[in-house]
Amino acid sequence: MNSLNDIYVLLPVLPEIVLAVGAMALLMIGAYAGEGASRFINGLCILLLVAVGACVVMLPGGRAVLFGGSFVVDDFARFLKILMLTGSAGTLILSLDYLTSEKLQKFEFGVLVLLATLGMMLLISASDLIALYLGLELMSLPLYVIAASNRDNARSTEAGLKYFVLGALSSGMLLYGASLIYGFTGTVNFSGIAAATKGGASIGLIFGLVFLFAGFCFKVSAVPFHMWTPDVYEGAPTPVTAFFAAAPKVAGIAIFVRATVVAFPGITHSWQQIVVFVALASMVLGAFAAIGQKNIKRLMAYSSIGHMGFALVGLAAGTAEGVQGVLVYMSIYVGMTLGTFACILSMRRDGLLVENISDLAGLARTKPAMAFFLAMLLFSLAGIPPLAGFFAKFYVFLAAIKAGLYVLAVVGVLASVIGAYYYLTIVKIMYFDEPAKAFDVMPGLLKLMLGVAGILNIVFFVYPAPLLGAATVAAKSLF
Amino acid sequence: MNWPVLSVVTFLPLLGALLIMLMTRGNSPLAKGTARWVAMWTTLVTFAISLVMVQKFDASSAEFQFAEKHDWLGVASYHMGVDGISLPFVILTTALMPICILASWTSIQKRVKEYMIAFLVLETLMIGTFSALDLVLFYLFFEGGLIPMFLIIGVWGGQRRVYASFKFFLYTLAGSVLMLLAIMAMYWQAGTTDIPTLLRYNFPAGLQTWAWLAFFASFAVKMPMWPVHTWLPDAHVEAPTAGSVILAAILLKMGGYGFLRFSLPMFPLASHDFTPLVYTMSVVAIIYTSLVALMQEDVKKLIAYSSVAHMGFVTMGIFAANQQGVAGAVFQMISHGIVSGALFLCVGVVYDRMHTREIAFYGGLVTRMPLYAMIFLVFTLANVGLPGTSGFVGEFLSLTGTFKTSVPVASLATIGVILSAAYALWLYRKMIFGTLKPALEGIKDIGLREAVIFAPLVILTILFGVAPKPVLDMSATSIAQLLDGYNKAIGVKTAATTSNPVSVAR
Repeated sequence: MNSLNDIYVLLPVLPEIVLAVGAMALLMIGAYAGEGASRFINGLCILLLVAVGACVVMLPGGRAVLFGGSFVVDDFARFLKILMLTGSAGTLILSLDYLTSEKLQKFEFGVLVLLATLGMMLLISASDLIALYLGLELMSLPLYVIAASNRDNARSTEAGLKYFVLGALSSGMLLYGASLIYGFTGTVNFSGIAAATKGGASIGLIFGLVFLFAGFCFKVSAVPFHMWTPDVYEGAPTPVTAFFAAAPKVAGIAIFVRATVVAFPGITHSWQQIVVFVALASMVLGAFAAIGQKNIKRLMAYSSIGHMGFALVGLAAGTAEGVQGVLVYMSIYVGMTLGTFACILSMRRDGLLVENISDLAGLARTKPAMAFFLAMLLFSLAGIPPLAGFFAKFYVFLAAIKAGLYVLAVVGVLASVIGAYYYLTIVKIMYFDEPAKAFDVMPGLLKLMLGVAGILNIVFFVYPAPLLGAATVAAKSLF
Repeated sequence: MNWPVLSVVTFLPLLGALLIMLMTRGNSPLAKGTARWVAMWTTLVTFAISLVMVQKFDASSAEFQFAEKHDWLGVASYHMGVDGISLPFVILTTALMPICILASWTSIQKRVKEYMIAFLVLETLMIGTFSALDLVLFYLFFEGGLIPMFLIIGVWGGQRRVYASFKFFLYTLAGSVLMLLAIMAMYWQAGTTDIPTLLRYNFPAGLQTWAWLAFFASFAVKMPMWPVHTWLPDAHVEAPTAGSVILAAILLKMGGYGFLRFSLPMFPLASHDFTPLVYTMSVVAIIYTSLVALMQEDVKKLIAYSSVAHMGFVTMGIFAANQQGVAGAVFQMISHGIVSGALFLCVGVVYDRMHTREIAFYGGLVTRMPLYAMIFLVFTLANVGLPGTSGFVGEFLSLTGTFKTSVPVASLATIGVILSAAYALWLYRKMIFGTLKPALEGIKDIGLREAVIFAPLVILTILFGVAPKPVLDMSATSIAQLLDGYNKAIGVKTAATTSNPVSVAR
């Protein structure tokens, strides 16, 4: 009876357990079934992610704390887990055809993505510094490997190595920060830290906070810890880049928000200035640095740096509205990213992938539907109404204005105007320039992904209530 | 009858665009024809339904009519409605659209389908801008219009179309994002973005100043006012004829409409304080851009600069803040919508034939194109503001209104009237009179399609010049209410300042 109760207590972790067991089972199947079954196994990985998502949705709501307060399941975690799982599953769908045609189809790819996803799920639910670090490392190690998964390609291995070295450094900084925080508060638990910092914080704790933030900023590729992003985005195989752009960003932002809002509510003014600076610097750098790019993956890297800056504007506000804004932002960002990468993966001429922006010339003539959806996604990334990307920016800036962060808001919107320039340049190349040779026929799965992401992006304004409602509930569960 | 007539008018063009998207494939003559006819019928039906609105509109009430309200964003709601200030612009939009489609009938041959879709989407966004009764909804329509216009200039434009389209997009966007922040600040102050509620809300003076400046940044660019007008000549010159028409006739009016809908009634104190600034910019615009227009070698550029000058009268009239000034501004905007639109169409007629817009290329057209010369004359004189044409009424009223508040400003602005006669008549003489250039020997006079395009515009120009009452009556009550609120707010402030010296002296 007692043991049954023990098992019942673990119910809220069921999605993680399913994912862990499933990933290992698929690893075994893959090892025995051999190379031929790789595509099948990667397909099973997608199904497993869907099943895990269903688990997250079906489990009873409310707030559950497990493992001595180190793991928490609340609406915030549920929202972000669904979002992150969508990102992971979406990128796996994007990768299926790519891996086959590039002869990279290995079952380890799917399994590694699953393991990274497991790490992200832990990270999203982490409620103390130890669980945070464990989740972060479980997420990062598979990422280093898949960045280098195109073993015979120098750029890919370089990307993996670069990511690993810098990632290890940032993990070290984060760990150092965590130890400082532990030393000055005597606890690793977020609520314990919150209680200890109620009346203010010593300089040592602030030091720890800065190091902790350095680790977070690295994971979400926010300035000044963004340097790895363009190289890794460019070097890694394109589906991996899509994965980096979608899922780990969600998990990174999730822990960034949870750690700051739950553990340090007493010293908001101290961390707020750091977040404001990071957000400002990311938005401005993302906007300016992207202008000169010729490779579309590199451009997406700078664009993602900018977008993380915009998302952090919501966190800088430090209010429930701000967190809601962050959640809305990340949801729309994941959708736009998946759609855009579906297009980038279809930039294939005579069987070879091309990556230069100029290769898109005249796409509106040769592939009107693809050009239309990509153009809409780009306008959306630029934040032009009535597309979804506008609402993303709207909610974070709404929160920033309420919190009185006027300078941040003004610089932010001006950065978005500068950012609009390079998105417009791509639209210009697609619509105004003379057509280049047409791309190959777009694979069905990519068409499906682009269609779904594109249509959701365009018609989001018709019925935004479900997403906004869910984000409001999720944000409230942190306060 | 309880059908949502305003939503139908707004979204019918979008439906037409969807229809074209689904019905046509490829670039065959059949597909082109289908796209043209669907666009034509959509705009005509939209116009017909908008006339129903005119007929049912109660001009004696200053309330928002045909109102619809639904939950939407939580922060904002889907709230639509028109009053006497916005309805004329809605009608102007729906009336000009079929003309634009007809004007593009033969001149647009590449990517016809996309062209028609872009125009229909643009129509929805323009009508939405004028009839939105929620700030966020307004912003959505206002900014959304950038996307189709960007594509229209960039895809179907002239030589320097890329430069012009980027300049248009980024200038307008930069102005507007600041307005968005002001909208957010207003939301946190008043707890709503509902326009009718905000019209009755008294914003604190400090917020008024900042919000006014932010809205001004957006509307001044859109209007466009000197010195942020430089995107306009580029955009006009490069846009295809119908694009120029829409740009001059409707998109520019969004700025003036914005001043009337937001700046004046919501931030009366700031509007009052900033009136000298607006006056200065308006007068500079009127005189400076008129002089610049005199120097142009490109027909479209000349008309573009004359638009900037005419918009100067509008801003001046609006900020004169009396019945004559504001009514004159509204009338001037409607009249300019017809006249400048028609002038761009006139340029389009010769451009379609000779493929150049250089003034020096033309001369003596009257011998080969008498009918064209006649039509061009009507619009040239209306542009000058000759009594008997619609141009006169607007200019006269806004100048009268300004005289009441500031004689020097009005006197300086009157110089602009003279200058406008100078450049418009100079242009007319250069192009129409004189000896016929050899290259123009074979040029044909306007055909039936073009006659159909110009006929309603000629009639309206003269009709509104002789009998401006229908337009003035439509907006009179709404303007009176607007000014009532404005004067009350100013009155409270003046009362406070006159009592202040006493307390200071003590």
